[in-house]
Amino acid sequence: MIDVDPSLVNWSRAQFAFTAMYHWIFVPLTLGLSFLCAFFETIYLKTGNEEWKKITRFWMTLFGINFAIGVATGIILEFEFGTNWSNYSWMVGDIFGAPLAIEGLFAFFLEASFFAVMFFGWNRFSKGFHCFSTWMVAIGSNLSAVWILVANGWMQNPVGMAFNAETARFEMQNFAEVVFNPIAVSKFTHTSSSGFVMASAFVLTISCWYLIKKKHVEMAKKSIVVASVFGLVASCFVGFTGDEAAYEVAQKQPMKLAAMEGLYKGERGAGLVAMGIINDTKVPGDVQDSFLFEVKIPAMLSLLANREFGSFVPGIDDLVYGNTEENVMGVNTMIEKGKLALADLAAFKEARRNKTDDVAEAALARFEVNKEFMGYGYLDSPEEAVPPVYIVFNSFHLMAVLGSMFPVIFGAFLFFTLKGTLMETRWLLPIGLFTGLLGLLAQQAGWVTAEVGRQPWAIQGLMPVKVATTNLSVTSVQITFAMFAAVFTLLLIAEISIMLKQIAIGPEEH
Amino acid sequence: MISNLDYMTLQQLWWVICSVVGALFLFLLFVQGGQTLLWQVAKNDTESAFVVNSLGRKWELPFTTLVLFGGALFASFPKFYSTSFGGAYWVWILILFTFIIQAVSYEYRKKPGNVWGAKTYELFMFINGSVGVLLIGAAVGTFYTGSAFSLNDMNQVTWQYTLGGVNLRGLEAAFSLFNLSLGLFLVFNARVLGALYLLNNLDLNAVPEMEPRLRKAVWTNFICLLPFLLYVVVSILLRKGFGVDEAGVVSMVSFKYFFNLLALPHLLVMLLGGIGLVIWGVMLGAFKGSVKGIWPAGLGTVLVGLCVLCLPAFNSTAFYPSTYDLQSSLTIYNASSSRYTLMVMTYVALFIPVLLAYITYLWKKMDAQKISTEDALDHEAY
Ligand code: HDD
Ligand code: HEM
Ligand code: HEM
Repeated sequence: MIDVDPSLVNWSRAQFAFTAMYHWIFVPLTLGLSFLCAFFETIYLKTGNEEWKKITRFWMTLFGINFAIGVATGIILEFEFGTNWSNYSWMVGDIFGAPLAIEGLFAFFLEASFFAVMFFGWNRFSKGFHCFSTWMVAIGSNLSAVWILVANGWMQNPVGMAFNAETARFEMQNFAEVVFNPIAVSKFTHTSSSGFVMASAFVLTISCWYLIKKKHVEMAKKSIVVASVFGLVASCFVGFTGDEAAYEVAQKQPMKLAAMEGLYKGERGAGLVAMGIINDTKVPGDVQDSFLFEVKIPAMLSLLANREFGSFVPGIDDLVYGNTEENVMGVNTMIEKGKLALADLAAFKEARRNKTDDVAEAALARFEVNKEFMGYGYLDSPEEAVPPVYIVFNSFHLMAVLGSMFPVIFGAFLFFTLKGTLMETRWLLPIGLFTGLLGLLAQQAGWVTAEVGRQPWAIQGLMPVKVATTNLSVTSVQITFAMFAAVFTLLLIAEISIMLKQIAIGPEEH
Repeated sequence: MISNLDYMTLQQLWWVICSVVGALFLFLLFVQGGQTLLWQVAKNDTESAFVVNSLGRKWELPFTTLVLFGGALFASFPKFYSTSFGGAYWVWILILFTFIIQAVSYEYRKKPGNVWGAKTYELFMFINGSVGVLLIGAAVGTFYTGSAFSLNDMNQVTWQYTLGGVNLRGLEAAFSLFNLSLGLFLVFNARVLGALYLLNNLDLNAVPEMEPRLRKAVWTNFICLLPFLLYVVVSILLRKGFGVDEAGVVSMVSFKYFFNLLALPHLLVMLLGGIGLVIWGVMLGAFKGSVKGIWPAGLGTVLVGLCVLCLPAFNSTAFYPSTYDLQSSLTIYNASSSRYTLMVMTYVALFIPVLLAYITYLWKKMDAQKISTEDALDHEAY
């Protein structure tokens, strides 16, 4: 039906991944810092203490610098669905477009309109309304997370829709199902709270730098109190929602889970890999060990995946080749069914063109039987259904290890601040200095897990990435990729430099 | 009530909603127009600071409206979204680039440590206001001139225009006199609006030399837009259009848009009324010493925009025509989302008045005080 150049697919992927990861440098900070600014300003409003106003304005300045580049990198993502994934956009636009439009309507305008008040409304609005505006910016940015994650969640777990053979596309059947998709819910709770962690870590980093330099000590300490409380609560919540996310993945995307854990042979009472070095030369179906070295917690994976110690967790081999004992249908079988479905769909289209309605009806009836496997029909081999295990395993474990460190770090800061000995605890401040960077690493690792783990699917089980691309010349995509790389990098350099300069200047009197 | 609307009504309603968003965007391009005026009306740093800070309080509005326009089209006319964005790849990518560089310009221009210097960000703003707006006009122009593409059974687009073996992916839109004229009309119109907006928004007592320059800019840019407007209107009236018959077969029809105007007289009223309002706004700004010209001119732009976007879509016309394969042309009936999705989106759209209400409220409150020396030269100013 369609011939795609694999290098076109890979360049399109590279471009999307690149731009999305750039966007994701700035977004988590926006999600959390907006709330931190709102906290600081609320304290100012309640206490009337000008010191808090100074603190609020300082963090707001950094927020603004970050926000601008966040917006700049966001616009391109929205339109890239059309420019680079146009087949995708047509096939699922009926469902996928709605959350994007709703995001603009409900979230971006809220953010953008109150943003102007937040920055330029200090003398034009009452204190109370100004503080309200700051809250609205925070709510607006997190609402935008809701809707975009509904969209992304739907790609991971397509619900509330059906394929319409006449129009050759997927159509929405139930909006509520799309919005309350369990994957979307777990994604939102996990992602927004991870943004809070990110921003708290950022505040720690800068405040610790001031403390080490013995500059703006009062402001730094006050900021640390708020950030460590927020960070502690949020990082505990991140662990909890991360567990929920993994459970949902196990239910809806077992292949991704197997890759996250490097699990080739499924088992009952499967163990969770606490740490390990994965064997990069292993391929599905061979007899090599999956790990060069590993430390496992017995039966934990079964508990995590199915909430039951003795339950069966399918491995990559079971999913690819099937496991009749445990009732797992293999990708090899699904591909056969999928090819039948695609052939029947083509016959249906052909008959419609020839206006032979009875032939069309018959083809349609045959298509209905296998249509849920349609996406598999595009795969060339069962092994193609396996994502890059090495990347997925490592990024997942990086995130999880960092995730278990954050509550400890924030807890320590809170403890020593309350005890009043933070300045004397010399070993802690350098750790604080690095938390921001660790947060950023965890963020990127999280998305790499989610998105690379979804490969080869653009929409889980229904549409492989290679069918989703626009029919472009590779050169075009290479040129735009280079343009994005150049422009975003120039902007990033400016952003970092301005940020550092503002930090060096510190809070100012007004 | 909404759940009772039939499919066709919903399709038409959504084209109107998208057109309203698009037309509002054309009005909000006053920010872009203002950006291109920077070097012309501001002769020193203080004056530049006034212009940038005035526009800087509004720049998110056209930007976000563009985002919403894209989202709304994606949700309601996905086949247009995929065909146009994927097909005319280069035009859209270039338009987006001019918006990417705009988004950081206000925030970074004056900040210490901005690496590339204030002039670079001013150049970014200029490119956004000139090249960006011109290309948007050219892209809208293809609603009338058509593009060379075909769609297969699965509705996948293949762009067919090549020049010397190179597929231009939409850039060829700029070869059409009609598209170029529409683009240049938009550029000059945005500049007229920009000057009118600045007259309204600045505390002119603080920058007295700027006032005559702004008033002159209103007039000269209006004069510049006239030939292009005239060409576009006459050409629309005379050109062949892409008509669709009962069976959905597309063919070329002489004087199609002229007949559409007769069949849809409210569009004719919008067009003429809109042009009249723009002229009134220009008169207020250029000759009457008033600062209120932005309102009639803005409303006029919205009305003209609505007419330009609705005229090629209604009365059995293909709004995104293919010159390569007429039957691949898109109409609002074959390019839309399913009835269910349009219905859901219509419920969502009930929120639009709330949106407009709070935007208007904030705008009024913010602009109750004009941009003053304090605003422009504060160390946190743009
Ligand atoms: C500060 C950032 C951060 C931290 C510390 C963690 N995560 Fe996370 N995680 C994310 C930031 C993140 C993210 C960037 O927000 C992701 C990417 C996609 C998503 O929904 O959230 C994500 C995705 C993600 C997924 C994939 C979901 C999917 O593919 O649908 C799982 C299973 C987890 N996380 C689990 C965890 C666990 C068990 C953690 C340990 C406590 C953890 N995360 C800490
Ligand atoms: C902002 C953080 C995000 C990051 C860092 C990210 C990362 C990635 C990566 C690495 C890929 C390429 C995977 C590969 O081909 O190996 C990808 C692809 C993709 N992602 Fe995401 N993603 C993000 C958010 C999203 C969201 C929210 C959506 C949906 C609304 C989304 C939709 C897609 C699509 C459509 C593709 C292309 C098709 C594909 O390769 O599967 N991404 N992303
Ligand atoms: C591929 C998926 C994505 C698309 C298409 C997208 C689109 C956009 C667009 C168009 C903007 C600019 C909005 C404006 O006009 O102000 C933006 C900014 C923003 N987006 Fe994304 N986005 C994506 C991923 C995400 C994700 C995953 C999140 C959060 C979970 C997110 C949260 C935000 C936030 C908070 C902003 C405000 C500016 C900032 O980043 O600081 N986006 N996005």
